[in-house]
Amino acid sequence: MSYSPSTDADRARMLRTIGVNSTDDLFVDIPAAHRDPTLDLPEALPEVDVLRLVRGLADQNQIPEGVASFLGAGFYRHFVPALVDQQLLRSEWYTGYTPYQAEMTQGTLQSMYEFQSLVCRLTGMEVANASLYDGATALAEAVLMCRAITRRSGVVMAGTVHPAYREVAATYTQAVDVDIRTVDGWSRSDGGVAPDVEAVAAAIDDTTSCVVLQRPDFFGWVVDPTPVVEAAERHGAKIVYVVTDPISLGLLTPPGDLGADVVAGELRALVGPPAYGGPGAGMLATRKAFIRRLPGRIAGRTTDLDGQQGFVLTLQTREQHIRRERATSNITTNQALVALGAAISISALGPGGVRSLATRSLSAAHRCAAALKDVGATVFDAAPYFHEFILHAPRGGEATVDALAAHGVFGGYPLGRVAPALDDTLLVCATDLTTRADVEALTSAWQAIHRG
Amino acid sequence: MPGRRSIVASEPLIFELASSGRPGVRPPLAQFDDVDPASVLPEGQVRESLDLPEVSEIDVMRHFVRLSQRNHSIDTAIYPLGSCTMKYNPKINEVAARLPGLLEPHPYQPETSVQGLLALIHDLEAVLGEIAGFATVTTQPAAGSQGEMVGLLCIQAWLRSRGERRATVLVPDSAHGTNPATATMTGMRVEPLGTAPDGNIDLDELDAKLNDDVAALMLTLPTTLGLFEQRILEVTRRVHAAGGQVYGDGANMNAMLGRVRPGDLGIDVMHLNLHKTFTTPHGGGGPGAGALGVQAHLAPFLPGPQIVRRDSGYALEPAGPDSVGRVHAHLGNVGNLIRGYTYIRSLGREGMREVANDAVLNANYLRARLAPHFDIPYNRICMHEVVLAGTRQRRLGVRTTDIAKRLIDYGVHPPTVYFPLIVDEALMIEPTETESIESLDQFAEALISVADEAKTAPDLLHAAPSAAPVRRLDEVTANRSPDVNWTAAD
Ligand SMILES: Cc1ncc(COP(=O)(O)O)c(C=O)c1O
Repeated sequence: MSYSPSTDADRARMLRTIGVNSTDDLFVDIPAAHRDPTLDLPEALPEVDVLRLVRGLADQNQIPEGVASFLGAGFYRHFVPALVDQQLLRSEWYTGYTPYQAEMTQGTLQSMYEFQSLVCRLTGMEVANASLYDGATALAEAVLMCRAITRRSGVVMAGTVHPAYREVAATYTQAVDVDIRTVDGWSRSDGGVAPDVEAVAAAIDDTTSCVVLQRPDFFGWVVDPTPVVEAAERHGAKIVYVVTDPISLGLLTPPGDLGADVVAGELRALVGPPAYGGPGAGMLATRKAFIRRLPGRIAGRTTDLDGQQGFVLTLQTREQHIRRERATSNITTNQALVALGAAISISALGPGGVRSLATRSLSAAHRCAAALKDVGATVFDAAPYFHEFILHAPRGGEATVDALAAHGVFGGYPLGRVAPALDDTLLVCATDLTTRADVEALTSAWQAIHRG
Repeated sequence: MPGRRSIVASEPLIFELASSGRPGVRPPLAQFDDVDPASVLPEGQVRESLDLPEVSEIDVMRHFVRLSQRNHSIDTAIYPLGSCTMKYNPKINEVAARLPGLLEPHPYQPETSVQGLLALIHDLEAVLGEIAGFATVTTQPAAGSQGEMVGLLCIQAWLRSRGERRATVLVPDSAHGTNPATATMTGMRVEPLGTAPDGNIDLDELDAKLNDDVAALMLTLPTTLGLFEQRILEVTRRVHAAGGQVYGDGANMNAMLGRVRPGDLGIDVMHLNLHKTFTTPHGGGGPGAGALGVQAHLAPFLPGPQIVRRDSGYALEPAGPDSVGRVHAHLGNVGNLIRGYTYIRSLGREGMREVANDAVLNANYLRARLAPHFDIPYNRICMHEVVLAGTRQRRLGVRTTDIAKRLIDYGVHPPTVYFPLIVDEALMIEPTETESIESLDQFAEALISVADEAKTAPDLLHAAPSAAPVRRLDEVTANRSPDVNWTAAD
């Protein structure tokens, strides 16, 4: 079953028009010895049967309906209005492609322009592109952008940036002249874990192309970045902020007001559940002055021959199909549909909705921390946090997670995976979708595993 | 308003539909007593204003429905973009990808709680390896271009492991722009390679340019001319003899399914585009999903984590010491891996060959029908696509852009234009196997009719389109003073 509508009679007619006897005659350029291999593949399956197969696999995975989940760590669950997915199921959106013929794809182009404008408002920046693969590659591209802008090779990376994002930035820069220096940006003592922005600021010097901070950072903290901003300005370094939860921008001072030159982030949480990590959409926003250094598609507003408003792909001389080896990036296919979903979601929630999801998330996390303290747990909360906090896990983070899972609770992310000094901690996240019942499940599981 | 066409009235911007105080969708009921953000966050860290549009739910819905209607899509009509494989996206894929058990899981839940997902991705990687002839496959790349980057990094790492450093990548002049762009991103130097008059790589030039600085040849198979490289075995043999690797751009795998495995032809590493060959939707520009297949010698350098099968079940194996590192925050565009897997299991063994057969048949049928009306510089049996040249029409004062814009008046989406660069006034047509003979005929007749108009009424082409929501757009001003972010003052 190949979804081909052709009948044998159609095929015979086509072969006659072409002037060959059989389909095999069309494949003669393939070396004969390698033609028509026998593939070890299963039989074709009709719809019902393939769905039964895939559902069987789906049913083997545990989901938040059956588990109280406190997992965040860069992948967040928030309320998403039902209309978002209804829109994304419209054929006119999801079965089109990059708007190469503007007159036939004005809908996609206008939605890209609206998306870019909404991202600018959320982040407080002046220009944004139409999306990158994910937040991690957005950071990698941001670092490459800053190298091109400053012609410096040093990068000061805070250790409070998502570890997977830092890994991707390292992958993207390994073969070019970029030297990433990671500075913890946190410190551990008996009393807990605390941010150390001064250490990040101190690492900036005249070779620094950019400094990278995350907001809220990987540990959930919201810190005042002023020392870093001042040091960067003193040394002429660019400032890159990473945002892994777009909902946080509903409440927190936007990076644009905190000296940002580039904002790199992930938008998945606006569009749907984590989907085991993808597809999400990377956002990349910057100042007007750097627009020609942005990678990826950008939609622009213009007019047609009659002076009527219309939209086009613009500044295409940055891109691979024009500039080839001198392009700003090799990206072609991006994450347009997810970006569209983000634009629809923000529009449907409005400023009140986005702010309310942010406030609810902050409240849920702080109430959850209080409930844990009530049952004797220690929360390392000396530093201000948004919707994620560090829980002391005296039996070890990994062991605690396993024990909680046995009670039907995904208790958090063991921070020992980031640094051995944090072996005895968990990163716990709550959002607007966290319920009182979830928190009760966590506190009673906590008590159960710490009893006796 | 003068000059404004009434058929499809222009749609206001979302910002213009807003009204202060208009409620949006209701957020969930509070589960906990509110905490005042100012009481827990540092001073200066709570934003004062959030300037987003306030639009009612129904107006948001209508706005985006109306915008969607100003789009062409596969589900409306043939979408013959060469190199893009715009084939039907089976609806069962969308159902599968939205099953809660596949959509809801979190990347950091215990591996024991996502055995079904890990099994699916593991099986998909194995099946893709079988189809394309590679020892190991990673589905972490989010698109083809990212696969290219991983592939070139793997080649560099392999060379380094042998104590070699090579910095040149040979890229045929017919290659997609991503090939040279990727070479630069990976710190390598691009050396272009010419195409012989028969559409194959120029072997003499290849010999002349192969030396001990050549890390790789990037080869698109079938080529972007829609042709199978007839001397492929000779090409891969010579590159290997010179110590280089062969990178295959597998964006065009559709033509080869079940007919040949590129990995059997001496290709060391190749990306596959699940959004082309394996029907994951193009989404108005993305997301796609790339997969990268490598032969055994390159496997140690792949990104981690990789999914492995142990006695105890599936597990995520962290990257080894030689890995080039990860290229995605988790495992790539998993939703599209589910769609691609659903499609592959729907096709089965028999379906694979049928896809290639009908894709190639349809392209050759269009070639035969259009050959009397257009120049075809490399006119031999083609694979999944045929590249025409608008050179005959240019002599009449009509450019390929004009032909493309006139097609729009016929309600037909134009093919890819001006690519590959080595064909003058190129029109690159890829019909795919999911178009019927009637649909192919309608497309061919529209194109033939436009070719006739180029002779009899060229001004129609110059003025086109006239039946679209907008006429030709001013790209020069858009570039010179970019308006990419709406502000109220506009
Ligand atoms: C021949 C060829 N190579 C590479 C690519 C890049 O793939 P992607 O758009 O998935 O990054 C494309 C398509 O865009 C292509 O047609």
